[in-house]
Amino acid sequence: MRRAAVLGTGQTEHRTRRTDVTMAGLCREAIDRALADADTDWSQIDAVVLGKAPDLFEGVMMPELFLADALGATGRPLLRVHTAGSVGGTTAIVASSLVRAGVHKRVLAIAFEKQSESNAMWALSIQPPFTMPVGAGAGGYFAPHIRSYIRRSGAPPHVGALVAVKDRRNGALNPHAHLRQPDITLESVQASPMLWDPIRYDETCPSSDGACAVVIGDQEAAEASARPVAWIRATAMRTEPTSFAGKDHVNPRAGYEAARALWHAAGITDPLSQIDAAEIYVPFSWFEPMWLENLGFAEPGQGWKLTEAGETRLDGLLPVNPSGGVMCSNPIGASGLLRFAEAAMQVMGRAGEHQVTGARTALGHAYGGGSQFFAMWVVGTTPA
Amino acid sequence: MNQVAVVGFAQYPNVPSAGTTSGVELLVPVFQEVLADLAMSKQDIDFWCSGSSDYLAGRAFSFVNAVDAIGAYPPIVESHVEMDAAWALYEAYVKLLTGEAETALVYGFGKSSAGQLRRILALQLDPYLHAPLWPDSVSVAALQARLGIEAGLYGERDMAEVAAASRAAARDNPKAQVSGVDSPDTLLKAPYVADPLRAHDCAPVTDGAAAVVLAAGDRARALRERPAWITGFAHRVDSPALGARDLTTVPSATAAAEAAGLRGDDVDVVELHAPFTHQQLLLTRALGLGESDGGGARINPSGGVLCGNPMFSAGLSRIGAAAEQVMSGRAGRAAAHATSGPALQQNLVCVLEGA
Repeated sequence: MRRAAVLGTGQTEHRTRRTDVTMAGLCREAIDRALADADTDWSQIDAVVLGKAPDLFEGVMMPELFLADALGATGRPLLRVHTAGSVGGTTAIVASSLVRAGVHKRVLAIAFEKQSESNAMWALSIQPPFTMPVGAGAGGYFAPHIRSYIRRSGAPPHVGALVAVKDRRNGALNPHAHLRQPDITLESVQASPMLWDPIRYDETCPSSDGACAVVIGDQEAAEASARPVAWIRATAMRTEPTSFAGKDHVNPRAGYEAARALWHAAGITDPLSQIDAAEIYVPFSWFEPMWLENLGFAEPGQGWKLTEAGETRLDGLLPVNPSGGVMCSNPIGASGLLRFAEAAMQVMGRAGEHQVTGARTALGHAYGGGSQFFAMWVVGTTPA
Repeated sequence: MNQVAVVGFAQYPNVPSAGTTSGVELLVPVFQEVLADLAMSKQDIDFWCSGSSDYLAGRAFSFVNAVDAIGAYPPIVESHVEMDAAWALYEAYVKLLTGEAETALVYGFGKSSAGQLRRILALQLDPYLHAPLWPDSVSVAALQARLGIEAGLYGERDMAEVAAASRAAARDNPKAQVSGVDSPDTLLKAPYVADPLRAHDCAPVTDGAAAVVLAAGDRARALRERPAWITGFAHRVDSPALGARDLTTVPSATAAAEAAGLRGDDVDVVELHAPFTHQQLLLTRALGLGESDGGGARINPSGGVLCGNPMFSAGLSRIGAAAEQVMSGRAGRAAAHATSGPALQQNLVCVLEGA
């Protein structure tokens, strides 16, 4: 198998409404930063892979077509990926496959969402024929799964608030983060309005405009880089249906199997001790302990103990979402690529104030749909 | 590098409307047919990849329910492009090249009858400057057709002859939506739909779905006596700025053809994804077909998309149809083309060989 590495990353300032830029301008803000970070330019980019969530979020059908010039794709191959919330992760994996297959030397992966162009709640609420409506929005959809997790694990009720405090304080260290709340406290989170019991307002992700770009190169390009690169040690994707009789929404088998395949391919036998930083897709705070278990960092029912003991803080045994994660910035289509890019930034030593000291191996994780699409990668300071 | 081949193809009949069925219901019989033909089960597929459009379905996440047609449990390795499934086939081809998978099933589906297709496609244009004017897809194609006529590249009779030949070829294609014997003289008596395009110049609105199975190396040889080996596969995109492009040329198709190793007439069969008659004439030039003295490739023996244009699977079906020509031994070397976007903005070329 050929090797591939992240040569550079870039991301926008994530905000509720980026009315200062068009979709093209938003993408270019991230792309220009990624090209600079990778110390490369358009002449060295062989192909472009664009990912984003539903087109209805901006009201443009297949927007990569009208964005082709702005994405630097004109005259080049352009692929458009869409795998729901996991799409940012899938975009990075497709781009890395193009390099590992030997088709291209350097590929630009870009993912964006400009939710302020349209109305995401409307886009998610269209009642298609032949499909039973949920009529609950994302929070209402996931709240019963969180309640089920609490019941099964016996987790104390303040664990979700602990995650929110940690992520928002981490976000205050990240200059790109949409929500930056250095003064948030357990008490203030617990005093915020209840939206979908047990999810409180401060335990939910924001709705953001934002983009993220990553330049992925082959072994020769990586070895020629003057700056540290993030070697892609392994990738994994798994899908299962939204709902069926045997579905476990707390510990979905697709995520479980993706993680096992990932650790195996990366040569990792004890993820908790071997992973130095994890960027996990946590749109509602309670998903941190749930995904810690699904990913194999903890046994089923035990993930909340890592969180409660402070082991997922920046200085803990397994820093989770040092960037602040989805809880601080959620441009949906880009959120997965942000997790993948932030993992790469950690092992490249370029995470700034939210750098995990000495991070050598990191996880990027994304999920989407009804906890049914999973994409993840492991990156490291060395190829193997 | 692994050798990758097309080993199976199935498609839903090209119909004006599939009635009340959803994408899921279109796909179930297609999966059954393509897998049964290879004596495979869904567990034998290492990687799944699909192409479809939320805007065609009028809803977000339209591809999610298609996973139900697979019965994706235990969980599968799967991906999706918001493009014609010909590009999903490209993603799957790359996956097989990495060696991470030995087999892949690629599918596309779309129910164009659910909305007004020509208006929906206007939403592919620049949302700030062009889409608010609602230049629908047929009108944009008509502008392109007119430019080609005024440049002296072809006339309305040439366009009618493309339609007549397509319909005649489609008489042998039981899945075709349109077929028959029409003389160009008769066709030219019809009124314009969008000057200079008449009804016969435009692909019909079609519901449909298709699936292609890929396999690598010895696995392909075990599954099919004569696999259609992919010897070239490339795609490119042109600028979206209609006013900045020379609409009588298709640079992205030319570049894709060169990258895929398609040269002159040295293929026996070509399946072109040309939703308008003048686009077939433009593509024939852009791909360099008919430039050598090799006797000429057979163009669109299936009838092409002028005889059935199921959005988001039509490009994939071109590859499937070309592969069938190779697998059956009717062609030694075949090429397939797919397009996407307004006025042939994005183009893909796949070259297939029997040995």
